[in-house]
Amino acid sequence: MSTLAPNVRLPRLEVTGRVAFHRVLLSEWTKLRSVRSTKWSLFAGVLLTIAFPVLFSFVTRSHWGSMSPSDRAGRHPLDIALAGVNVAQLAVAVLGVLLISAEYSTGSIRSTFTAVPKRLPVLWAKLLDYAVVSFVLVLPAVLVSFFASQAILHNIPQLQISFSDPGVARSVIGGAVYVMLVGTFALAIGAIVRNTAGGIATFAAIFFVLPPLMFTLPTSWNNAISQYLPSEAGRQIFSLHHAAHTLTPLTGGLVFVAYCAAAIAIAAVLLVRRDV
Amino acid sequence: MIEARDLTKDYGSKRAVDGLSFTVQPGVVTGFLGPNGSGKSTTMRLILGLDATTRGDVTVNGRHYRDHASPLHEVGALLEARSVHTGRSAYNHLLALAQTHGIPRGRVSEVIDLVGLHEVARKRSGQFSLGMGQRLGIAAALLGDPKTVMLDEPVNGLDPEGIHWVRNLLKSLASEGRTVFVSSHLMSEMALTADHLIVIGRGRLIADTSVDDFVARASQKVVVVRSPALESLREALAAPGVSFEPAERGALEVHGLTAEEIGDAAAGAGIALHELTPQQASLEEAFMNLTRDEVEFATEMEKAVA
Repeated sequence: MSTLAPNVRLPRLEVTGRVAFHRVLLSEWTKLRSVRSTKWSLFAGVLLTIAFPVLFSFVTRSHWGSMSPSDRAGRHPLDIALAGVNVAQLAVAVLGVLLISAEYSTGSIRSTFTAVPKRLPVLWAKLLDYAVVSFVLVLPAVLVSFFASQAILHNIPQLQISFSDPGVARSVIGGAVYVMLVGTFALAIGAIVRNTAGGIATFAAIFFVLPPLMFTLPTSWNNAISQYLPSEAGRQIFSLHHAAHTLTPLTGGLVFVAYCAAAIAIAAVLLVRRDV
Repeated sequence: MIEARDLTKDYGSKRAVDGLSFTVQPGVVTGFLGPNGSGKSTTMRLILGLDATTRGDVTVNGRHYRDHASPLHEVGALLEARSVHTGRSAYNHLLALAQTHGIPRGRVSEVIDLVGLHEVARKRSGQFSLGMGQRLGIAAALLGDPKTVMLDEPVNGLDPEGIHWVRNLLKSLASEGRTVFVSSHLMSEMALTADHLIVIGRGRLIADTSVDDFVARASQKVVVVRSPALESLREALAAPGVSFEPAERGALEVHGLTAEEIGDAAAGAGIALHELTPQQASLEEAFMNLTRDEVEFATEMEKAVA
């Protein structure tokens, strides 16, 4: 630490500005990029999005000759290409929770809300910043995954698929849209729970525990209910084939967006009302 | 200017702030004094709107804090609890705050230099010592060139040089016409810095007074007298509310009368006095005398609850 000037006088600030949304957006962007763990989580998420399909493709290619017809029929090139989405969603969800829960655990939320006492612009800015960042990072990753897996599988005609085939472009881009939406959902969960462990656990319960739990229900109930779960509805955004007891990509996507909107609405109400 | 009217805050069934009304004027350093747990930090959070009031109201520079278009230009605050992300550098912490108001980067460097954090500004603030964390908090408070500066226990963790610097800073800010509101649980610290005092205990207002008046009011009227005719003096002074206690070397401690009253009474009765010494309570004693009841009551309450 350098020594302090004995003559203390606070220099005047000539320019005085008001709090404005574009400024809060920039401030939240600074926060997002200035914590090392954030950068590493996103980097890992992108890497895994690409690494999984590549690995999956190599394994499929090397075993193709010895695979049974039914095993071969079970392999779909798009499933291989988007195998990383499931992993990316976890990385993006954990970071989404952390972006707000870490503010509470470190106490920086008090600084944040002192600068922006109306509070809501902070939530909107975090959501927008994070949605853009996660989409901009995951979109190239799924595109690379698609073309890389297709290149690796080039000598297996049954696994060749064109980006211009019906639904393929929508599914690939949909993978990035899905991950982006998962990020906003997780951020809202983080804002509601305000605790890292609790937020991640809540997210995991909704996305990974609830779906298999549905199988304990009678089949007709399971078929009727499961398709409306956030994870199942959201999954349709990047599913090429419309299976039985699932929503269409558009309906599923809209249902998932509705879940995100509901979580964000609850987060917004609590953010304004609760003490920090 | 900070104006609180009937400010009250409950956390569950516990009342942390209880009907506080006070005004913090610009141009002077106002000390906010009270024992630990008396509600100072809560009051400051209420002022900033971080916690919602249960009852009553508080405004800063004429408005609720939340309603200011440029809050950081109105109030610069240092809160007692840590309020910095440990993974972020001091520079980026301040930059993110500055950007919400469009405050230029140059200002961030300016306040970093002012508090002497230049060499560590790019390090993760989680590695900071308590004193460095305090300096960063003070830098954040000064960032917006605020009309009102509110610091919660600013000298905590500072070395003597830092403490001296904060005292000078507070006086300098007040001399520029700003409102300066600074809390402490140490009366001696306040005596060196503050012009005015707001004293609370268990969330209630105990005193709202100048430092000098506070000491005078809080000091009990105790005078030590020596006289060759102590018995006659006792008879001359006896009155309701006046009591006596033997003091060292045959002196007498008179409670309930000023030195002037005793001297006049002695002269009137023709009694010679060999000593007449008003006992000035120290600042810390004065403070403890005022808050003792509140503290004792609190302890009894805790016992009753336990």
